[in-house]
Amino acid sequence: MLRYILQRLLLIPVLLVMFSVMVFALVQAPPGDFLTSYIATLASSGSSLEKEEIEMLKQQYGLDQPVHIQYLRWAENLLRGNLGLSLEYQRPNAELIGERLGLTLILALFAFIFTWIIAIPIGIYSATHRNSLLDYLFTVINYIGVATPNFILALILMWGAYSYFDLSITGLFSREFEQVPWSFARVIDLLKHIWLPMIIIGVAGTARLTRVMRANLLDELNKPYMISGRARGLSEWQLVMKYPVRMAINPLASTIGWYLPELFSGSLIVATVMNLQNIGPLLLRSLINQDMYLAGSILMIYCFLAIIGTLLSDILLAWVDPRIRMEKS
Amino acid sequence: MAGFSQKDTHNPDKSAPSENPQSPAEELSLATQAEKRISVASNWTLVWWRFRKNKLAVTSMVVLFFLFIVVLAPDFFATADPEQTDARLAFIPIQSIHWLDEGHLKPWVPGIAGERDQVTLKMIWTVDETQKIYIQFFSSGYPYKLLNLIETDLHLVSTVDPENIGKIYLLGTDRLGRDQWSRLAYATRISMTIGMISVILSVILGLLLGGISGYFGGWPDMIIQRVIELLQSLPTIPIWLALTAALPRTWSPEKVFFAITIILALRGWTTLAREVRGRFLSLREEDFVLAAELAGCNRARIILVHMIPTFTSHIIATSTLAIPVMIVTETSLSFLGLGLRPPAISWGVMLQEAQNIQTLALASWLLIPGLFVILAVLAFNLVGDGLRDAADPYSS
Repeated sequence: MLRYILQRLLLIPVLLVMFSVMVFALVQAPPGDFLTSYIATLASSGSSLEKEEIEMLKQQYGLDQPVHIQYLRWAENLLRGNLGLSLEYQRPNAELIGERLGLTLILALFAFIFTWIIAIPIGIYSATHRNSLLDYLFTVINYIGVATPNFILALILMWGAYSYFDLSITGLFSREFEQVPWSFARVIDLLKHIWLPMIIIGVAGTARLTRVMRANLLDELNKPYMISGRARGLSEWQLVMKYPVRMAINPLASTIGWYLPELFSGSLIVATVMNLQNIGPLLLRSLINQDMYLAGSILMIYCFLAIIGTLLSDILLAWVDPRIRMEKS
Repeated sequence: MAGFSQKDTHNPDKSAPSENPQSPAEELSLATQAEKRISVASNWTLVWWRFRKNKLAVTSMVVLFFLFIVVLAPDFFATADPEQTDARLAFIPIQSIHWLDEGHLKPWVPGIAGERDQVTLKMIWTVDETQKIYIQFFSSGYPYKLLNLIETDLHLVSTVDPENIGKIYLLGTDRLGRDQWSRLAYATRISMTIGMISVILSVILGLLLGGISGYFGGWPDMIIQRVIELLQSLPTIPIWLALTAALPRTWSPEKVFFAITIILALRGWTTLAREVRGRFLSLREEDFVLAAELAGCNRARIILVHMIPTFTSHIIATSTLAIPVMIVTETSLSFLGLGLRPPAISWGVMLQEAQNIQTLALASWLLIPGLFVILAVLAFNLVGDGLRDAADPYSS
């Protein structure tokens, strides 16, 4: 087990190096660099830079160097934890991201917990009451849940709340808590607001997980051990909960591998629509404004989160399923 | 699954009746007839028989069929030029069609009168039931070229009075006074084609690379598998955003369109390649492949004629399920302003108009393209699920 985890851990730096090359190429790709857009921004506000100043800035950011040297400098800085300076906000990127990263993680975590709490019981109910009215109802809801892109769901809900209840359901905080430092009251305020984005982001995943759970459990319910359990006089509740449910949940661990990364990056569009203060809207802005080091840093964070998600699911899967553990070592 | 072609020739007791026969002789002859029918049926017939049992999938197929007609001839459905802007006609609400006029079947839509609010300077539209604009179906409207070939002016719905052409707004208008009904027809074309083209690209890449990986094994397999793992562990939406943001702003809509299909296919092929590889790995050991090899077939023939046909139905099912993913991604990208850009019209581009909550409260009909996204995704998913279940007609 330890060896297996160690193997997976060793793979992380390799993946990160590859991703960093890719990310750098991506933020580097748009024509012009951020200095050009900086100069353009300055020009639009009426001021301009002297030629010497431009040269100086170029040297300072290493933009006069060939691309591979630029990459190495960027990667070196990343390793040191120096994410560079945002051109647009004129603040260190680390600070900008740090403010919002926590909210990104909390939102994903809440959506994840929501998904499992809802999906598992519904999956069990649907499988044990196959073809019942509620099973059909859940199936219909599942299909629609999978088919509705989360940002469209957000739009519909926002519109409904606004036009029928005169409620504005955007943001993660009330106005008075938006800019203040963390306090107990602010946490309570966050909890009051987070439930809706949590549901919106989690709905599609819940629907899919319910289907997988239902199918897995249906497979198990036909196994001979069910008959033998019944023959020995186990109550139906005990019988279902003790054996097939456990068997059916095990493979679900592998869904975490795609689901966690999806929650991290899937919240991006919803966050933009609902004006949630996580790193998604920040990435969008930085991409549009060619704030390349900010965009690069955020993309690297998304990559890192994706890798962690996959790693967690691999470890969990090996932990719950001895067959995988044994095969690898 | 693995032994498709072997079983094609003789079908083991699948069709034998399970219930007790009433009159043995008659039942037996019926059974043998059914058995005969099944045992001579081609693989595709069997897939179809099984698919059509799934009512939901068949209904979805009909929905998709209608959407495809819109894709082929959006002009036929449009009532006005989708690009025609008139800011004075902004945010006209949905006009409901009235079917009866004084007891006769004579469809009409009420006229609309606008008045500018003196304080907010917003147009306030009121329905004027006295003013009736009569409409008829399958009649002439503005001229266009069907499929870019045939000149015609036939439209699904148009006004009786040629004076009123372009003056009906079945689904309201947007911020720039463009007719939403007509725009929706064109958006359906772009959004559906983008989904399908990128899936076709994915299928080509997936078949090629998955085939190489599964058939040859060794170091090509090793490299392709690592690339797939790498691509699949990428956080999709952020990377796609960065990719589309990197497309030059000066590109024409057509160029952006194809760039986006390629971007979408870039990751789409990985799922398919995995499946194809798995199939090849298991098929490689089958007797009929060995037989073909011994008979002196070359590799290309074995792959194309003997191996691929055994899992074509699976490929179709998988790629049908991949289309909605592409559609949703394109919609999301365009919605964020990084995918297709106006003047191109797609569902996502149209939804961009609905980004603002104040606008939405004022003009809720701007959300309608979202319903079309849901409908299309739902239909593709249901058909794909149905195909997947039917793809293997010999499983129980």
